[in-house]
Amino acid sequence: MSVAFELRGLTAAVPGEKGAVRLVEEVSLEVRAGETLAVVGESGSGKTVTFVSALGLLPKPGRVIAGEALLDGVDLLSLEPEALRRMRGARIGMVFQDPLTGLNPVFRVGDQIGEVLRAHRSIGRREMRERAVELLARVQIPDPSRRVDDYPHQFSGGMRQRVLIAMAIALGPRVLIADEPTTALDVTVQAQVLDLLGELRDAEGMAMVLITHDLGVVARQADRVAVMYAGRVVETGTVEEVFRAPRHPYTISLFRSIPDIEAPAGTQLAAIAGSPPDPARRPAGCAFAPRCFAATEQAGCRVERPVLRGERHLAACHRLGEPGVAA
Amino acid sequence: MSALLEVAGLHKRFGGGRTLLGAVRPEVRAVDDVSFTLARGETLGLVGETGSGKSTLGRLVLRLVEPSEGRIRFDGQDVSSAARGALRALRPKMQMVFQDPYGSLDPRMTAGQIVAEPLTAHGIARAEAAERARALLSSVGLRPAMAARYPHEFSGGQRQRVGIARAIALDPALVVLDEPVSALDVSVQAQILNLLAEIQSRSGVAYLFISHDLGVVRHVSDRVAVMYLGRIVEIGPRDALYRSPRHPYTVSLLSAVPSADPVRERARPRIRPIGEIGSAAALPGGCRFHPRCPRARVVAASGADTVEACGTRLPRACVHDDPAPVPTCTDGHLAACHFHDLD
Repeated sequence: MSVAFELRGLTAAVPGEKGAVRLVEEVSLEVRAGETLAVVGESGSGKTVTFVSALGLLPKPGRVIAGEALLDGVDLLSLEPEALRRMRGARIGMVFQDPLTGLNPVFRVGDQIGEVLRAHRSIGRREMRERAVELLARVQIPDPSRRVDDYPHQFSGGMRQRVLIAMAIALGPRVLIADEPTTALDVTVQAQVLDLLGELRDAEGMAMVLITHDLGVVARQADRVAVMYAGRVVETGTVEEVFRAPRHPYTISLFRSIPDIEAPAGTQLAAIAGSPPDPARRPAGCAFAPRCFAATEQAGCRVERPVLRGERHLAACHRLGEPGVAA
Repeated sequence: MSALLEVAGLHKRFGGGRTLLGAVRPEVRAVDDVSFTLARGETLGLVGETGSGKSTLGRLVLRLVEPSEGRIRFDGQDVSSAARGALRALRPKMQMVFQDPYGSLDPRMTAGQIVAEPLTAHGIARAEAAERARALLSSVGLRPAMAARYPHEFSGGQRQRVGIARAIALDPALVVLDEPVSALDVSVQAQILNLLAEIQSRSGVAYLFISHDLGVVRHVSDRVAVMYLGRIVEIGPRDALYRSPRHPYTVSLLSAVPSADPVRERARPRIRPIGEIGSAAALPGGCRFHPRCPRARVVAASGADTVEACGTRLPRACVHDDPAPVPTCTDGHLAACHFHDLD
């Protein structure tokens, strides 16, 4: 399968009191057609900022200071604003966490889907409505020819998220970026929406980027995973490899700290001390070192930024592969 | 031994009646005939989705919300009918921790003042209260010097620690925890869960632990209650309930939670309820889960006595009779399903 979307060394920053504060640093990722890449991290890890930056949507005064975002080989960051706007929506679809903010409460759902279509090609009112009904059916909304005339408040949370997914896939994008698409939904509805995303990816051969903090969602849905911490990718590999034998101490600790639904009950949780650093106050060396069970002086953990090492299954740790640093 | 908390036939209805213009307002049965008990030192996990009434139930127990009907006994005393003075005397023994540490801590008070406030309110001298507040902060893993800081100077996890220190200041017998770790990052969640366990083993406090996260609830609870549209549809010892859930809603809830193990996760059968949680303003008749229930459809297909409902045929009992919680084969494990003995 061909690489549909690729980030190379993406670095984005905002001006701070003491010079530029790097929100994300040297992020390199790729996702192929028909594949789901999960990007996992806690709040402030940069998982959302990475893709917002790559699509040229980082609010000012933030800006991308290095790197490329290649869609089928074209660097989005080198495009004029108008050309980039056309790429978004048409070639890259986006779904965000909160289904309420993505919809305008005073317009009918069908008209909002129609607007997406009309923004990119000329299309009559009648065809617009037909296409909207078709799209609602594709995201499995019951009785679409009636619901197309409803307003957002007449839809439940899960149904609203389906409408947003319909808008995101309206123009047949190559890549679908879904940022915490099910976080605001209840667990039974979350499962339904994840199933839908998987089915659409397979049916359309889209490349999918799933941004999430939920490792269970990753286990269910993704083929490959990138773990982010403090603005960097610290580990990446196939879901099987990373979940079976995590290599970065952060990933290892993260797995130990989650109460798993099927783990033996009453197991003591191994909490990670402290909290993730503020982007303006990231420590020197490895950003995870102050919270790391494996950090040592000899390895230079507090001095030097580690780079991603390994083949296929990579991790950015000075002590990669050493005894005592494995799950 | 008698239970610390006994809740019997509790109801909370909101709305109803007519507006000023005479339009009928729908009545919301947020909590609809709920009964359960909680022993000293025990943790009862309360799970349910948005709109299930779990948060309302937590507030009713502490009488932060007035019940419409039913009885709450705490430590042998009737909370539901207690007069203001009696209620005030009970307050120190029953505390609450909220989800959002931002919203529940006064931004103009220091952490020390926040924790000392319930102490001074109950007659402890200011100097001693301040001293005890520092000790409490250190017992929840904060440095005593942090007493001088304001809520915005803390991280989310630290703020939740302040909220917990305040809740345990008067050595309560019961703490209602409403989604106490939901707003926290995964790596910080575990710290708070461990802290709560440590406090419980030290003080013998009982927890009513409200959460939508079935993994977290399983980790912390001795017993678990599952709420659906205002009713506890299943309650039982943790392992029995997770290992062999009897109510079809619990079955689909557990099957929907993704496990962080890709091999197991992909091999699991999925039982999906149909559609989404309904509204407590328009409760379906009969069993409140029947419009979404996969089991009712299986039972109907296997030749039960059925009636026309929800665009299909469903068992007569499910459509017409509201099931009461009945004992299952495990001790203390109840399920409100006409067909609880089926899989």
